[in-house]
Amino acid sequence: MTDMSNSTTPQNSLLRQDARTIRRNRAETRFKAYGVAAISVGLLMLVILLVTIIGRGAGAFQQTFLTLDVQLLEAKLDKKGNRDLEDIKKVSTFGYAPLMAAALEKKVAQSDVESDLKPKEMAALLSKDAAAQLRDFVLANPDLIGTSVEFRFLTNSRVDGYMKGRVTRASIANDKSINAEQLDLVDALIKDGALEKRFNLAFITGADASDARPEAAGMGVSMIGSLFMMLVVLALALPIGVAASIYLEEFAPKNWITDIIEVNISNLAAVPSIVFGILGLAVFINYMHLPNSAPLVGGLVLTLMTLPTIIISTRASLKSVPPSIRDAALGVGASKMQSVFHHVLPLAAPGILTGTIIGLAQALGETAPLLLIGMVGFIASNAPDGIASGLMDPNSAMPAQIYEWAKRADPAFYERAWGGIIILLVFLITMNAIAVMLRRRFERRW
Amino acid sequence: MSNLLNVAPTTLLVLVILLLAVFAFVSARSRAMSLAGGDARKLHSLPNYYGYNAAMLTAIPALFVLAIWLLIQPMLVQNAVIEMIPQAAISEGSSVNLVMSDVRRVADGLDGAVQTGALTVDAAKNLTAADDVRSILAGTGVALGSDVGADVLAAAQRYRGLQSTGQWLMIAVVMVIAIGGLAVALMATTPTFRARNMVERFVLALLILAASLAILTTVGIVFSMLFESINFFKLHPWQDFFLGSKWAPNFRGDSDLSILPLLWGTIYISIIALLVAVPIGLFAAIYLSEYANSKVRAFAKPLLEILAGIPTIVYGLFALLTVGPFLVRLFGRGEDGILGLDWMTGATSVLTAGLVMGIMLIPFVSSLSDDIINAVPQSLRDGSFGLGATHSETIRQVVLPAALPGIVGAILLAASRAIGETMIVVLGAGAIARISPNPLEAMTTITTRIVSQLTGDTDFASPETLVAFALGLTLFVLTLGLNVLALYIVRKYREQYE
Repeated sequence: MTDMSNSTTPQNSLLRQDARTIRRNRAETRFKAYGVAAISVGLLMLVILLVTIIGRGAGAFQQTFLTLDVQLLEAKLDKKGNRDLEDIKKVSTFGYAPLMAAALEKKVAQSDVESDLKPKEMAALLSKDAAAQLRDFVLANPDLIGTSVEFRFLTNSRVDGYMKGRVTRASIANDKSINAEQLDLVDALIKDGALEKRFNLAFITGADASDARPEAAGMGVSMIGSLFMMLVVLALALPIGVAASIYLEEFAPKNWITDIIEVNISNLAAVPSIVFGILGLAVFINYMHLPNSAPLVGGLVLTLMTLPTIIISTRASLKSVPPSIRDAALGVGASKMQSVFHHVLPLAAPGILTGTIIGLAQALGETAPLLLIGMVGFIASNAPDGIASGLMDPNSAMPAQIYEWAKRADPAFYERAWGGIIILLVFLITMNAIAVMLRRRFERRW
Repeated sequence: MSNLLNVAPTTLLVLVILLLAVFAFVSARSRAMSLAGGDARKLHSLPNYYGYNAAMLTAIPALFVLAIWLLIQPMLVQNAVIEMIPQAAISEGSSVNLVMSDVRRVADGLDGAVQTGALTVDAAKNLTAADDVRSILAGTGVALGSDVGADVLAAAQRYRGLQSTGQWLMIAVVMVIAIGGLAVALMATTPTFRARNMVERFVLALLILAASLAILTTVGIVFSMLFESINFFKLHPWQDFFLGSKWAPNFRGDSDLSILPLLWGTIYISIIALLVAVPIGLFAAIYLSEYANSKVRAFAKPLLEILAGIPTIVYGLFALLTVGPFLVRLFGRGEDGILGLDWMTGATSVLTAGLVMGIMLIPFVSSLSDDIINAVPQSLRDGSFGLGATHSETIRQVVLPAALPGIVGAILLAASRAIGETMIVVLGAGAIARISPNPLEAMTTITTRIVSQLTGDTDFASPETLVAFALGLTLFVLTLGLNVLALYIVRKYREQYE
C-alpha cells in the first residue's frame, strides 16, 4: 500500500501516512459513507411512507357524532298507529328530517348558546345520511315510536374535519357548506359534550357513499369484493400453478416446446399488470360477455397475473426436495407419477403454500387491471347476498375503492383513502406474516 | 348479463356430469373387484385406478366439449343473427355492434320475462313490434334506450331460437359423450386392463395442459391487442400514430392520436425514477454485500424489500397527496414558497411521479445487484487485496466491472418496471400530453392514457377507444424487449464464472 521506495527517507516513516495514503483512506471512508447514506435514505423513505399513511389515515377510524334526544312522534312516523312495518316504511327520510331539526333546536336551547342560525342552517351540521340512519333505526325497532330516544347522528364532513383539525376557521372562507356561526355552535356543542369523536366501526364494515356524504363511506363492501376475487384466484391459480410446475420440474423433456413454455412464464412475470387488464377487457368482457365490474372477471385477470409468481415459487420448492426421496419411492416400486404425488408434493407443500400466500398478497394490492374491467367509477353500495351474486354482481375491490376515493378530490375522502390503505396494509402484513411463519415452522434443510 | 341467464342450465349440466363421474368411479371399482373375485392382487392396478379411469373418461371429454361449445356458440349465433339486421335498421351514429347489443338485451329480457312469469312461452314467441316490448321489458328490469323496431325484434326472436336450440343440442351432445365415456370405461374394466397407466397418461396430459396455459396467455395477450390494433389502424392513419406530434382525443372524431408525446412522458418519468433508484439501490447493494456485518444485513435487507411489497396504489396516493404538495411548496407559490420560486403550479408533475417511482424501484435494483455482487468469486477480491488495493478500490476496479453486465441487466429490468407502472403515474403525473423538457410540468404516459381511454363508456368502433390497444401493444413490445435484453445480458454474464 505505502510506497516502499520512499521509506528510506526519514521524513516518511512507516508509522506516518503519506499524503497519497491519506487520500486513499479518505476515499475509502467516503465510499463507505455513500453506502450507509443510500441505505439510510431507503429506510428513511420507508419510515416517511409509513408515518404518512398512519398519520393521515388514522383519522378515518374516528368519526364525529352528535348525540341528540329525538322524539319519535307517532303522528309523523305511524299515522295509523298500528305499528305495521309496511306503513312505517312509507315514511321517507323527508319525514324524519323535522324530528331531527326539532331535537337539534331543543339541544341548542338547553345548552344556552346564543345562536341566530336558522333551523335549516343548524340541521346542515348533521350528515346528509343522518335521516336515513334514523329511519333504519326506527324500522329495526318500531316499538320505540312514540317515545324519546337518545340517538347518535353522523355529522357533516366539515364538522368532522373541524374536530380533526382538517377544517379551520381560516380555511372555510370560501366554503359554502359551512360558516363561522355554525362553527360557533359546534364549539358550544363540544363544550356541552354532545359532539364528540368516537371509534367508527362503519368505516370498516360499511359501504361506499356518494360524493356529498364522505362521512358515511366505508370499506366493507369492497372488502367482500376483494375476498371473492381472492377466492377465484386461489381456486384457479393454485391447482393450475402447481400442475404446471410439476410438469416442468418433474416430467418435461428437454426440448424446444419446454423452452418456449419456460421463456413464456418468465416473460409473463414481467409483463406490466395493465396489459393483463387489456387482456381481461378484450377476452372476458368483450368476447365472452362476462359481466362488467364482476369480481369473477377481476379474479380471472388476477389469476393470470399471479400464475407466474406461483409457478416460480412452486418450482423452487419442488427443486428443494432431494432426489433421494424420488429414488427411494421408485426403488420400492412406485411409478414416476406416484413418487411425485405421494412423496415429493407433500414434502414441497409448505413451500408451495408460502409462495401462494405471497402471490395472493400481490394480487390483493393490484389496482391497474381492475380499472380496465370497470371496478371503479360507481358506488358499491350493497353487500352481495350469496356466492353467485358475490361473483357476478358489480362490486369494487379494496385498492380500486381507494383509487376511487383519491379521485374525488375532497379532503374528507382523502382521509378515507389513507384509512383504506391502513386496512389494506393490515391484510398484506398479516398474509406475509403467515407466510413467514409457515416458512419458519415447516422449512426443512435436507 | 347475457351469460347470467345461461348459467343455471350449464351449472346443472356440470353437476350432473360430476355425479355421473362419481357413479362411474364407484361402479368401475366394484366391477374390477368383482371380476378379480375380491382379490386385488389379481388386478393389474390398484382398484382405485379403475375407478379414476372410469371417472376421467366420463367427465373430462364431456366437460372439454362443454367448454368449447360455450366458447363457440355465441360466435356462431351472433354471426347468424347479424346477417338478419338490414342496413336500414342501423341508424345514424350507431353501428352493427350497438344494434346487436340491443338485440341481445331484448332477447335476454324476453327470456327473463318468461322465467319470472311475466310472459308465457307462447306470448314471448308471438310478440310483434306493435306490442309495447319496451314497457314489458322495463317491468322485468331490462331498460332499453329506445323502442324496439320490427327488425330488432325479429332478430331477437331468431337469437332466442338459435340460443335455445344450441343449448338443447349442447346438453344432448355432452350427455351422450359422458354416458358413452362411462360405457367405454366399464367395458374396458377387466383385471388385465392397465388402468394405472391410463390414469397416469391422463394426469400427464392435464399437467401439460396447465403448463401450456402460459403460452395460451401470451397468445391471448398478443392476439387480443393485435386484432384491435389492426382495427385501429384501419380507422386511423399509422403515420399520425407513430410520427405525429399531438395527442388530442376528441370523441366526436377527427382526433390527433400520436404516441410520441406519451412516449416522451413515459421515458422522462422513467429516467427520473432510475436517477433516484439506481444510485441509492446500487450503493445499498454494495454496502450490504461488501461492508455490512450479518446483523445489519439481516435487518436492513428485508426492510428495504418491504418497499417492493407495498401496493402501487399506496405510492400513487403518496405522490398525489404528500410528495406533490411538498414539491409545490418547494418550487412554487412565489413568495409564500420555501425557495420563493414560482416554477410549479399543480401537484402532479414528471418530478412527482419520477421521485416516487424511484423509491418504489430501490429494492428492485438493490436485491438484484446484491445477488449479482455476491456471485462474484471471492478469489477476485482476494487477488486485489493482495496487490494492496483498499476495499473501495477493490469494489470499484474489480468487483463492479465483473458484475457490470448483471447490474446493467438489473437496471434494464427496473426500467421495464418503470415503463409499465400505472398507478403512480395515473395519480401523480397528470393528464396533459406534451413534449417539454421541464420536469415540474404535468405530463402523461402510455399507461395513463390506456386507463383513461378504456374506462367509462367505451365504444369499440371508435379510434379513440381502439387506440388504447395500439398503445398497449407498444407497451408490451417495449417491456418485452427490455426484459429479453436484460435476461440475455444476465445469462451471458453468468456463463463467465460457472
